[in-house]
Amino acid sequence: MVEFRWHGRGGQGAVTSVELLALAAIGEGKYAQGFPSFGPERRGAPVAAFNRVDSERIRIRSGVYRPDVVVVLDEGLIGLVNLTEGLKEDGVLIVNTSKKAADVMKILNYSGAIATVDATSIAWKELGVPITNTTMLGAVVKVTNIVGLSAMDDPVEHRFGKIASKNIAAMKQAFKEVKIK
Amino acid sequence: MGERKGMEIALAAAEAAALCRPDVVAAYPITPNTHVPEHLANIVSEGKLDAEYICVESEHSALSACMGASGAGARVFTATSSQGLLYMAEIMSIASSMRLPVVMALGNRALSGPLNIWNDHSDIMSQRDTGWISLFASHGQEVIDMIIQAFRIAEDADVLLPINVNLDGFQLTHVVEVMDFPSQSEVDAFLPAYKPFASLHPDHPCSMGTLGLPEIYSEATKAREVAIVNSRKTILKVWAEWEKAFGRRYEPVESYKMEGAQEAIMTMGSMGETAEIAIDALREKGIPVGLLKLKLWRPFPYEDVRKAAKGLKSLLVLDRAVSFGGPGGPVASEVRSSLYGETDRPAITNYIFGLGGRDVAVEDFIKMFEKMRSGDKKRSKDQYEFYGVRGE
Amino acid sequence: MKSKKWPEDWQDVNIGCIVSNPGSAREYHTGGWRAQRPICDNEKCIKCGVCYIFCPEGCIIERKDGFFEANLDYCKGCGICAHECWPFAIKMVEEG
Repeated sequence: MVEFRWHGRGGQGAVTSVELLALAAIGEGKYAQGFPSFGPERRGAPVAAFNRVDSERIRIRSGVYRPDVVVVLDEGLIGLVNLTEGLKEDGVLIVNTSKKAADVMKILNYSGAIATVDATSIAWKELGVPITNTTMLGAVVKVTNIVGLSAMDDPVEHRFGKIASKNIAAMKQAFKEVKIK
Repeated sequence: MGERKGMEIALAAAEAAALCRPDVVAAYPITPNTHVPEHLANIVSEGKLDAEYICVESEHSALSACMGASGAGARVFTATSSQGLLYMAEIMSIASSMRLPVVMALGNRALSGPLNIWNDHSDIMSQRDTGWISLFASHGQEVIDMIIQAFRIAEDADVLLPINVNLDGFQLTHVVEVMDFPSQSEVDAFLPAYKPFASLHPDHPCSMGTLGLPEIYSEATKAREVAIVNSRKTILKVWAEWEKAFGRRYEPVESYKMEGAQEAIMTMGSMGETAEIAIDALREKGIPVGLLKLKLWRPFPYEDVRKAAKGLKSLLVLDRAVSFGGPGGPVASEVRSSLYGETDRPAITNYIFGLGGRDVAVEDFIKMFEKMRSGDKKRSKDQYEFYGVRGE
Repeated sequence: MKSKKWPEDWQDVNIGCIVSNPGSAREYHTGGWRAQRPICDNEKCIKCGVCYIFCPEGCIIERKDGFFEANLDYCKGCGICAHECWPFAIKMVEEG
């Protein structure tokens, strides 16, 4: 089982990300969960959302405490939230940032695997808004190989309709650009 | 054929209700169950379900509207949580006394206060004695299945009682997971049209909800009690038919790894899923322990509990609600009552845990089990205690 | 056969205590509760119908001639009609 924790701010679409990733995995015949950090929705406040993906039926219903993957949608959360808390030693941190990976690692005092992508720039270019949730899915798929990139198409189409193609373009761009260290 | 797909469980609950073709839906949104009425409103407004969706101004009105419609012969559905259920409280007992088969999806949430929107079972326990049948789902698939079963059970001519399907708030309502959805034709074949025992119609006038003087109240109450006790037969019949049609088995008390078990844990609701993993870990260590999952809360399955507890040395009953100043958690009290007359009965330990959204991990079940085994002498006379509370 | 006032046993209670013979309240003659009866002085009555509106028992009817009259099978003698009658046409008098 692979467990994910997504960090973002209320309104940035972290919950949509976990839903899309879960649906993509389910579409591939896997078992998956996607859920928000339970509680009220507060725009702008730091939020977390979670995924579990497995080849067998998932029974666990508690929170995710030892994630294999941590995804950061918003650079501004670096230093504000304990992003690497509980991250497994062989886990990976995937960050939306314009900074170099080494700089992020230094700030976080983190020495594990890391992948970086400037998803905000990609989102501005492809979507015209700095909402990075779908863009970051491209990076996550590339780094973790949890689903095939094409598995994202159906859930994104279903969710975004007319603007799905722009989101898919942004996702593909991040898939291409993400740097794994 | 049905379809296997991923969806948020609250939306799946709405889809399941829609598959049952209710004539009237009346509900008022409340966290964590908001998505159930919201999605049903969408389904109706998109023309996918030919139903009257009544935007009521309160839960009191929601249940009242459902009862009026049910009295007129309609199939009805509502959904709520916590304080919303309390706002229905005045009507709850009237619904069962009038024998109107209202189906409710109840997204379990703690009662305030302090104000809390998260999951435990205190809401349903506050309405335990209102004459409703209560089922408890432990995952998304059971939510879908139980909602469809609920209409069949409630509307059965031998039952005619309202029913609530309990799904843990957030822990279930807000999780996207994979579920098998039966097709419309499969549901139509399983669920015949509702044939009301009487209906409010100008051509056949009748009075419902009339005054019951002391000369009739006791007899009316006895008749209602017998109806809910007897509903067990129909519930078992409907579950047997469900298994035949869809291959998924339902039992009042579901066993997990009970073969050769000398000790067992009993849970109700979604926590049973996480508890299974703890049982796996304990079994791997060679400890003969099993899990009992209560799926039917009312009518309480006394005989199934007795059967399941037979031969056990100790039973750890876990409750997610408090009976303030009472003899223990509500589940443990019923289990103790069930076993009191048995000569061969296990020692019962009762922990109250997972209140108001307090997360419970696999390790917590193992710790609770070990705590029970250690047989804390200081506390051995206590009927119950809290688990995971700071300062304990 | 005279119908029973109460079901004998709990098994005989109608499902949901439903009352399926319409208008059965008519069989209950509340007029027996009356200690006083309303007497109307039609010289003073202006046929406004306020007594008809206020009667809690709904037992006041409008006659063909436009005057009002209580059905004494049901009138409990509560006196609300007399209290409300502003031309003071209705008086309550002792039974007997």
